Amino acid sequence: MIHSLFLVNASGDIFLEKHWKSVVSRSVCDYFFEAQERATEPENVPPVIPTPHHYLISVLRHRIYFVAVIQSEVPPLFVIEFLHRVVDTFQDYFGVCTEAAIKDNVVVVYELLEEMLDNGFPLATESNILKELIKPPTILRTMVNTITGSTNVGEQLPTGQLSVVPWRRTGVKYTNNEAYFDVVEEIDAIIDKSGSTITAEIQGVIDACVKLTGMPDLTLSFMNPRLLDDVSFHPCVRFKRWEAERILSFIPPDGNFRLLSYHVSSQNLVAIPVYVKHNITFREGSSQGRFDLTLGPKQTMGKAVESVLVSSQLPRGVLNANLNPSQGTYTFDPVTKLLSWDVGKINPQKLPSLKGTMSLQAGASKPDENPTINIQFKIQQMAISGLKVNRLDMYGEKYKPFKGIKYMTKAGKSVLQRMHIVNCK
Amino acid sequence: MSASSAFNDEKGGSSSVGEPEYGHDPASGGIFSSDYKRHDDLKEMLDSNKDSLKLEAMKRIVAMIARGKNASDLFPAVVKNVACKNIEVKKLVYVYLVRYAEEQQDLALLSISTFQRGLKDPNQLIRASALRVLSSIRVTIIVPIMMLAIKEAASDMSPYVRKTAAHAIPKLYSLDPEQKDQLIEVIEKLLADKTTLVAGSVVMAFEEVCPERIDLIHKNYRKLCNLLIDVEEWGQVVIINMLTRYARTQFLNPNINESLLEEGGGGEKTFYGSDEDEDEDEEEKEKKAEVAAMAKRKPYVMDPDHRLLLRNTKPLLQSRNAAVVMAVAQLYFHLAPKAEVGVIAKALVRLLRSHSEVQYVVLQNVATMTIKRRGMFEPYLKSFYIRSTDPTQIKVLKLEVLTNLANETNISTILREFQTYIKSMDKDFVAATIQAIGRCATNIGEVRDTCLNGLVQLLSNRDELVVAESVVVIKKLLQMQPEKHSDIIKHMAKLTDNIQVPMARASILWLIGEYCEHVPKIAPDVLRKMAKSFTNEEDIVKLQIINLAAKLYLTNSKQTKLLTQYVLNLAKYDQNYDIRDRARFIRQLIVPTEKSGALSKYAKKLFLALKPAPVLESPFKDRDHFQLGSLSHLLNAKAGGYQELPDWPEAAPDPSVRNVEVKESVFTLLERVTTLTSVPEWTKCSSREKRKEKKVEKPFYSDSEGESGPTESADSESDSASGSESGSGSEESGSGSESEESEEGSESEEEEEEEEEKDKKKKKKELKKPVPETESEQSSEEEDRKIKRKSKQRKSDSESESDEDEESESESSQSESEDSESEIEVKKKKKTAEMKPPSKPVKKETKKEKKEMSLLDLDDFEPAPSPQVTPVNTFLSNSLVTDLEGLSLSDSVLSPATIAPSSVLKNYELLHRITGEGLSVEYCFSRQPFSPDANMVAVQMQFTNSATSDTKNLHMEDVKLQSGMRVKEFPEIELLSAGETAMAVMGIDFCDSTQAANFQLCTHTRKFFVSIQPPVGELMRPIFLTENEFKKEQGQLMGMNEITEKLTLDAKCRNEHAIVQRVTTAANLSRVPCGSDKECRFAGRTVTSSSLVLVTVATKEEGAAQLTVNCEKMVIGTMLVKDILLALTQ
Repeated sequence: MIHSLFLVNASGDIFLEKHWKSVVSRSVCDYFFEAQERATEPENVPPVIPTPHHYLISVLRHRIYFVAVIQSEVPPLFVIEFLHRVVDTFQDYFGVCTEAAIKDNVVVVYELLEEMLDNGFPLATESNILKELIKPPTILRTMVNTITGSTNVGEQLPTGQLSVVPWRRTGVKYTNNEAYFDVVEEIDAIIDKSGSTITAEIQGVIDACVKLTGMPDLTLSFMNPRLLDDVSFHPCVRFKRWEAERILSFIPPDGNFRLLSYHVSSQNLVAIPVYVKHNITFREGSSQGRFDLTLGPKQTMGKAVESVLVSSQLPRGVLNANLNPSQGTYTFDPVTKLLSWDVGKINPQKLPSLKGTMSLQAGASKPDENPTINIQFKIQQMAISGLKVNRLDMYGEKYKPFKGIKYMTKAGKSVLQRMHIVNCK
Repeated sequence: MSASSAFNDEKGGSSSVGEPEYGHDPASGGIFSSDYKRHDDLKEMLDSNKDSLKLEAMKRIVAMIARGKNASDLFPAVVKNVACKNIEVKKLVYVYLVRYAEEQQDLALLSISTFQRGLKDPNQLIRASALRVLSSIRVTIIVPIMMLAIKEAASDMSPYVRKTAAHAIPKLYSLDPEQKDQLIEVIEKLLADKTTLVAGSVVMAFEEVCPERIDLIHKNYRKLCNLLIDVEEWGQVVIINMLTRYARTQFLNPNINESLLEEGGGGEKTFYGSDEDEDEDEEEKEKKAEVAAMAKRKPYVMDPDHRLLLRNTKPLLQSRNAAVVMAVAQLYFHLAPKAEVGVIAKALVRLLRSHSEVQYVVLQNVATMTIKRRGMFEPYLKSFYIRSTDPTQIKVLKLEVLTNLANETNISTILREFQTYIKSMDKDFVAATIQAIGRCATNIGEVRDTCLNGLVQLLSNRDELVVAESVVVIKKLLQMQPEKHSDIIKHMAKLTDNIQVPMARASILWLIGEYCEHVPKIAPDVLRKMAKSFTNEEDIVKLQIINLAAKLYLTNSKQTKLLTQYVLNLAKYDQNYDIRDRARFIRQLIVPTEKSGALSKYAKKLFLALKPAPVLESPFKDRDHFQLGSLSHLLNAKAGGYQELPDWPEAAPDPSVRNVEVKESVFTLLERVTTLTSVPEWTKCSSREKRKEKKVEKPFYSDSEGESGPTESADSESDSASGSESGSGSEESGSGSESEESEEGSESEEEEEEEEEKDKKKKKKELKKPVPETESEQSSEEEDRKIKRKSKQRKSDSESESDEDEESESESSQSESEDSESEIEVKKKKKTAEMKPPSKPVKKETKKEKKEMSLLDLDDFEPAPSPQVTPVNTFLSNSLVTDLEGLSLSDSVLSPATIAPSSVLKNYELLHRITGEGLSVEYCFSRQPFSPDANMVAVQMQFTNSATSDTKNLHMEDVKLQSGMRVKEFPEIELLSAGETAMAVMGIDFCDSTQAANFQLCTHTRKFFVSIQPPVGELMRPIFLTENEFKKEQGQLMGMNEITEKLTLDAKCRNEHAIVQRVTTAANLSRVPCGSDKECRFAGRTVTSSSLVLVTVATKEEGAAQLTVNCEKMVIGTMLVKDILLALTQ
């Protein structure tokens, strides 16, 4: 399966290598660098690159390429999914997954990689088990370790791996027993230039932070489970129970985990809570263009739309933009032509707008590409799909836990409005 | 020499190093001094006594390895630390060792003995890690050692070790492929393993070592299907992929009828339509008709095993792991009937919201699927719409899918969408869009003109790339109907002045040449211009210029003769030999000379033959002959180690190969008792199947997992299957269930027979035993006593009216009275076996265990109705609650606590009446499983209020424990009236130590400091082992884990019963049946860590005896020896 792993930073240096079988020379990465050069954008490097003797499968996260070297047939998704799991684990351990963090914790990283793969085949990938094997570094522990010379490696070998509930470690103990659930919904949409929705979908997740003593058995039910069209579960969720009763029943892992992710059906019903009006015109014979953008809230059920950020890649011909925002701040990068406007909160009484002029290169032809606007926003305390948790019950333990549920709606990777540039004569 | 002296100084004259200086290159001291020094101090640190220094050194070394720096010269210094006590140092040394052992084989051998020792360690995790490292050291010399270690580990009792063994198999195989045959044997053995932990790893080993040995899967097929959902994610992927291949060899094509229709309908005509074709067609038709007729004759019925696979994989579409979803999707695509494949679409579309790399792979596979089964993804058309934020490679793939999905009904929407894409700023993507439009136009006749017009408009686009791409596509489209579009050709001819992209120029030239008759005036002019610029053109354009010249010469030689000559002359001296060759060839063909052969007559036919229009095809066409989701499919080339997906067989191979003998799973307990000759094979199979199907309906994970789990005592007995059955049974129907009995009647009848036979044997054995009393006496006494007891029971106990009642009760509540009662019950049953209604086998098993004990412990039946009201209640209610939830996680049903003899309970004082000011508390270890937490020891407390006033709010507080220990407090007793007594049960996890649990016992007025210290014998729970198993386990716990002590038995304790009684009083162990009359054996496991505890008392002449205790935990072993010694000698 996975033969070796190389970590490559944005500037093309290999800063970590790990081999699970015989050592593969790092020169194998030359093929990767070639592909990297060929790609116009960092994310355009093909995930799978065949070389004469090996195959390179890579993922790009946090501006680091994780390049796995494999030698024979293996499902590519298997490797990709695993690499992402590695990144998630690093993030879990070090808070961030940057080159600096990895270099600082190179020993922990090595220990983790050693546990996660055996002979290239995944061994322990459950974060609860890993944390029992190798304790995550904290400032306190680092200090204690340097003074006392004790170690990050768990003294006791993990029981979780051997237990009935492999995702949960045994002997969990808390003084405050808490269970928090965040229902986060993300909207992805494409809106055409006139403002009507072409496609929109809601993708939701329930992220949990469960700190409960012992072996609690939780059930979580929804007021309107029918909304959920397509779901995928953490392995702890009992599938049959969901099938039969639409109730989530599970013994949770300890700490943070993603309980489920879902998709809300009924594509047409998705109301995008923000609208954009835009007007961009270029006049023949003038190197100036007019730019006008107005934002407004739409169907937010009285909740405020916050952290609004509008960004757009302006046409290449645009030299500079001289704009005037009614609120917030904007930046325009003349090199990448990226305009971004940090609006903040939308006040329904006074709609935010961004107006001004753009200057074109003298003599350049008028742009004919149509840029798109990417809108980011957040709405607290609302799940746009209307999903509501009914109740959360705990069995198997005697204490009363503190339970909390939070809702949030935000824009996903892309709420895109297509723009239309008017070129007048 | 001066350099060398400097080197000496540097070393500071440290004579301790003692290396002769000439051993080093003097230069190295100067040039690489810093490097040398660093390694030197690392070596020093590694040699030091302090762990912290060693650790620091190892960390630095590992950091070097991580950066790819060579640290191999440190090998001797590092390898010494392989036996270091510090775990982290040890682990880092392992990392180092695995990395460099291959390069330093001789030195690496020094470490081997450490691992060999580790392989014998009583701790399963240490055994596993030793095997893991040992097998990772790629040194050929140790192949035999590895082989031995793997073989041994494959039959280890810990599933975790067996899993490691499975992992080690491919390692050894890659080191020495000669071992294949032996390794296959191990694989075969591990394939039969019933734990989910092992399944994924062994299938992985199977795939790497012997994927061709599909026959090994037969017997394990159903088990794998059923375990699948509980296997860890990565194992699921491997198993599903393997089962896909398996199913392709074993089952019939479920689409046999559809696929015929499909082929018949889509009769594509070949380009060069000729007479031959028709003949072929006819032949084909005949063939098809034949096959169709065959299919009709024999209607397709899906093999139940095929169905089982499809059904059991379907829930995994909901997995969070994209690889699992993809694996299931490909399984459905390759194996499911056409009507059912649709379910995978939704899941695959879901994956499109994942990371871009995941999208990339999924889209590739979707692209392939959309060609075969377009309808499946049509509802999700909009999910493939392109977002400007997508990376280009994703955009291009989505475009591919959209094009594949296009049909008459949705083409207008798709084209509208394409129009916006053309205005995108990503030029590569725009080019791909234009290609896509061209493909839509060729595939769907209705929109061809619209597309063509749109593309022509693009010719005036400002971007050259867009224009060029359009030209290429237009050229292809025009070929379909050239006569209609001469104006477009003219328009394009004009473009030659502006377009610089070679491919586009070449395309235009080809078009003009091909259709020069439609544009008779323009063509020569274009040639003229091209002749001018010939030398500056790209090769591909030059070739087309020659081509154009030749065609014009043939059609319009008047105007173009000179031009053609000129061009050919230029080409003759071109640098590129292709162009020179072409020029020479064409000159011979078209220019008539005396020498020119017969061919020149046909020049016109050759050049201006009618050419078929190109078919714009998806690059994903026919990629589905690779297994979807595989690397080979992604690359469209066979990757190393790829296993072909076999074609469906014509006729299904014998399905009975997958039948598993029931004996293995259900009757394991009876294995050594009888053979099953009397039972017809088929009954077993059917009932087994039935139950399997039932099992499928169970919740996501279930008791079966627990049963097969490594911590359970049952795992070595391989009766996990039967255990799981019982689990499911109780889950479905609450506690006691008659409803199911009828269903499984036939089987339990068999069971009954078995049991009878077993009983007989048992009895025989019993009879053979030389006991102080004579045989007849004893047996009659036995009967007598039983009858007496029975009548007593009947009087005192009104609960036990019907047999079923009793059964259910004895099963779930394990109180002593019922215990004994059910024994009688069994006795009775034995006599009237035929008349009894058949009951569930599982219950029998529990009963059997009980009975076994009863036969041995008859003396223990003192009418000691120990007051167990409270625990029973909590226990019952607890299990009831969980049962109602349908989630019962405790395996209370099979809990071996029933075995525990009742009278051994010893009361200890917790609080004396005087210190407690009237409140006295006694406790005993009830030897019941503590249901809220299996790792806890149940402590039963009896509170007596002998004061005159009431005591209120009795509860505990301020628990002080050693680290790791846990306490489950007893529920608060709100009121204890004067003179009353109350019971409560608490659980303590002593962590297998005899450390006391200290806490405060609080009433509404006072607090008392109390502590509970367990005798070592209470830290274990009895398990049931057979004699063979006992011997096997004992064999693995030799050496330091064995403690032997000679003793002289107490005068009153010279018979077997007495010994058994005293031992079981001293420790919570269960008796292991034993063939020899001179030995008594007992087995148990420690409560927290489940370490095995084996006790043997061998009696010799005149009261001499030898006590042997085998235990993984030496401390426990030693203490236990003391306790038992005391019990036996006093």
